[in-house]
Amino acid sequence: MKEVKCDCGHVNPFGTKICGKCGMDLGSEQENKLIDMRYEGSARRSQTYRKTVIDKIWNFFSSVKVGVTLIVIALVASAIGTILPQEMYIPSTVTPAEHYESEYGWFGKVYYELGFHNLYSSWWYLLIIGMLGISLLVASIDRFFPLYRSLKKQGVIRHDGFMKRQRIYGVTKLDEQDIDLDKVKTELKRQRYHIREEKGHILAEKNRFSRWGPYVNHIGLIIFLIGALLRSVPGMYIDKVVWLREGERKEIPGTNGEYYLKNNEFTLEVYDKGNKEDQQYTAAIDKTGTIAKTYQSDVTLYERKGEAIPGEKVGLEKVKDYKIKVNEPLKHDHYALYQVDYKLDELSTMSFNLINKKTNEKFGGVKIDLNDPKKNYQLNKGYSVDLISYFPDFEFDEKGEPRTISKIPNNPAFIFKMHTPDKPEGEVSFVAIKETAEPLGENTYKMAFNGVETQDVTALTVRKDLTLWILFTGGIIFMVGVVQGSYWNHRRIWIKRKQDEIVMAGHTNKNWHGIKRDIKKAIESTSLSEPKDQLEEEKSSTKGEALNG
Amino acid sequence: MAEISGNFLYAAFILYLIATFLFGGSIKDKRGAEEKKQNKWAKFAISVTILGFAAQIGYFITRWIAAGHAPVSNLFEFTTFFGMMLVGAFILIYFLYITPALGLFALPIALLIIAYASMFPREISPLIPALQSDWLHIHVTTAAAGQSILAISFVAAIIYLVKSVEQTQASKRTFWLEVIMFTLVCTIGFVIITSSFAAMDYKANFDWVDKKGVADKQEFNLPALVGPHEGKLIEPDRFEPLVSMPALINAKKLNTVIWSTGAGLVLYGLIRLITRRRVAALIKPIVKNVNLSLLDEISYRSVLIGFPIFTLGALVFAMIWAQVAWTRFWGWDPKEVWALITWLFYAAFLHLRMSKGWQGEKSAWLAVIGFAIMIFNLIFVNLVIAGLHSYA
Repeated sequence: MKEVKCDCGHVNPFGTKICGKCGMDLGSEQENKLIDMRYEGSARRSQTYRKTVIDKIWNFFSSVKVGVTLIVIALVASAIGTILPQEMYIPSTVTPAEHYESEYGWFGKVYYELGFHNLYSSWWYLLIIGMLGISLLVASIDRFFPLYRSLKKQGVIRHDGFMKRQRIYGVTKLDEQDIDLDKVKTELKRQRYHIREEKGHILAEKNRFSRWGPYVNHIGLIIFLIGALLRSVPGMYIDKVVWLREGERKEIPGTNGEYYLKNNEFTLEVYDKGNKEDQQYTAAIDKTGTIAKTYQSDVTLYERKGEAIPGEKVGLEKVKDYKIKVNEPLKHDHYALYQVDYKLDELSTMSFNLINKKTNEKFGGVKIDLNDPKKNYQLNKGYSVDLISYFPDFEFDEKGEPRTISKIPNNPAFIFKMHTPDKPEGEVSFVAIKETAEPLGENTYKMAFNGVETQDVTALTVRKDLTLWILFTGGIIFMVGVVQGSYWNHRRIWIKRKQDEIVMAGHTNKNWHGIKRDIKKAIESTSLSEPKDQLEEEKSSTKGEALNG
Repeated sequence: MAEISGNFLYAAFILYLIATFLFGGSIKDKRGAEEKKQNKWAKFAISVTILGFAAQIGYFITRWIAAGHAPVSNLFEFTTFFGMMLVGAFILIYFLYITPALGLFALPIALLIIAYASMFPREISPLIPALQSDWLHIHVTTAAAGQSILAISFVAAIIYLVKSVEQTQASKRTFWLEVIMFTLVCTIGFVIITSSFAAMDYKANFDWVDKKGVADKQEFNLPALVGPHEGKLIEPDRFEPLVSMPALINAKKLNTVIWSTGAGLVLYGLIRLITRRRVAALIKPIVKNVNLSLLDEISYRSVLIGFPIFTLGALVFAMIWAQVAWTRFWGWDPKEVWALITWLFYAAFLHLRMSKGWQGEKSAWLAVIGFAIMIFNLIFVNLVIAGLHSYA
């Protein structure tokens, strides 16, 4: 492809619309009143090459129209996902298929069948986001380099046609008077314009860096998206939950046995009208009832010492004590432990006395740790109890056999064998809450209930997310870019001195009000006539025509 | 302290109202029509506005002291704060462009928002554990600041549309402009209806059955045109519902919507009957002197200023806090998603402005849609969809 040589002698890349140096119109056939200043009329790949498949893909992704369309599609898709709760927010006790239909009827069924219950991780949603990412990258590359080159090479002296077709344009006839441009220059300098001069002609420019804002923020977004993508790389991201009873110590899941955590105490505090510092909330408490104030787990973190050898007890070393609250996670070595749930008053022990059913005489008691029951309990001399079976969360199945639903002692039940001097073979008794059965015939003895102890259980989320700093970096770069592009504008003022007139033109990428104010101020103390906004002139003139017609 | 705080808010409300009329006076006066030249009316109006803003800051600070935390933790507090930030954003833009006409529209909208806010329970509520963080102040105030500056773009757009839409014959444009006007009238209707029945202390209690089949009680503060599922009125002298709703629909909220729309229809109908003109046509003469391209610029500039602040508050700070409080920075909670949608929308807006033909009126319509999305996120997502953010 041939390069384009302008009349001014500057050699432009093929596809250039406006000469990078002098601004002469190189491309356009139609003589618009105003020149199209977007990307300085530089040669963008997408506007120049349109033949091969690669060209077409490139042009597709570099188009702003396509970008906006993708944004709108992503927007509508995201909105659809909020019509009904996503799968992660529905109760886990029923299958999603049943839940959506029973809760929301035919609409819920259709919603589920279309996969909208898991919309944000669906392949097509990710595809849209992926395409947006590509569009960000391609569109930025397509525009940034030509624009950068063009602004770097721009000349001071601009072609008359270029000046005339700027939105802000004005001519001052000299009529034998001479105008001192130094005053203008000083004032523009005071307004932080950089002044370049060539043969008495002036280019005043400020805030060119704001033109890079969009590209910087796009880079930030791309880094953010890459960070989000990296989450699926093994080892980068851990998300587990650990339930810990008071007094219990467990390996923290997801840490490969490296860390252990002990729950010393769990506290739930509520707002109390009687409490002086909560008095201002009386009305709200009366209205809503109980309002939680604190969820707190007092924990101790332990680290494993040395290698873990199967079968041997691990050596643990205390790392620190910490009070985990909502909003105050325990952080250590890339891991963070968050307070997420709790259960109050879970049964922890249950006590029984062995008694003679007739005489009610006691022969000793047992206290069963519901989370770690023993097989055998020795009572008074000659008396003992075997725990044959234990059902922490007991129910009868379809056949009438006892079974347990979970390992959590919500509804414990026991099968005891009671050995006594007169019944050394033992009597079998089935004991559950408010229920006893003697499956093998009438017994002489029974296990009489003698109280329970409870404890609180805390639930902590274990999180490791090595992508966070990437996301954070992306976010910061985005913010820098978007501020750079929004809060500053690239303004240029050209002043061309001719024999009997001075021509002024101005251009800004945003905020025309601002550049007009700058110009007004700069020429205030001179007899230069204020340049006009040709766009407004055009409007008012067409309006005039309409009125006349 | 809470009482002083309420008085401050009341004072702010009155001052904004006065300022609105003063701005009205300022654009009637021909000297105010030209840009950059404030007449006495305008100077007085902006001074009163600033005074009102100061009073509202007084409300904010005293309520903060009374509550022990920044008053941005429930719908009343947040919406009031949004109204306050809207006035703040207006003051900022006013001094950039000196446009009294903007005040004539921005202040009534702020008034409507504050009036709307005070229809919600106003007790000082304690913070649940998830909200006990400095990020509450940082995230909510920044997000509200961003939204309110974006809302100024809507205000400028409304003025633009009122002036530019041809009212001599009915068209799609006049229809949609009337839809906006009607929505504003409905908000007035909601405020009037709610506060009148609240003044009468109207209460109607129902026994009803929810969708899980559990019997419950519900209190209506407006006469129940639609009643809850299998609802039985407890007080016999109260208005008997015309229809019962299925359990899936929240009859109380629907009832409020019906009342507001009804009141809006009556008000709007009256205006149309008496004046025989569209509401937009009615207010068109007020804006005859405004400069369209300046309004377009204000609308665009507000988005430029508001977008980064919104991003920072509603997405960046939100994500940081979510990571601390909810263990993950993003969880596809409806409020989060609608913040993303708002962000995507304004991103699309900014990209469209670059292409030809999307300045001026088209851009004004977009600014209206953007505001609608934000209000939807504020009201509908909180009250109807209700995810993790349902307290605010």
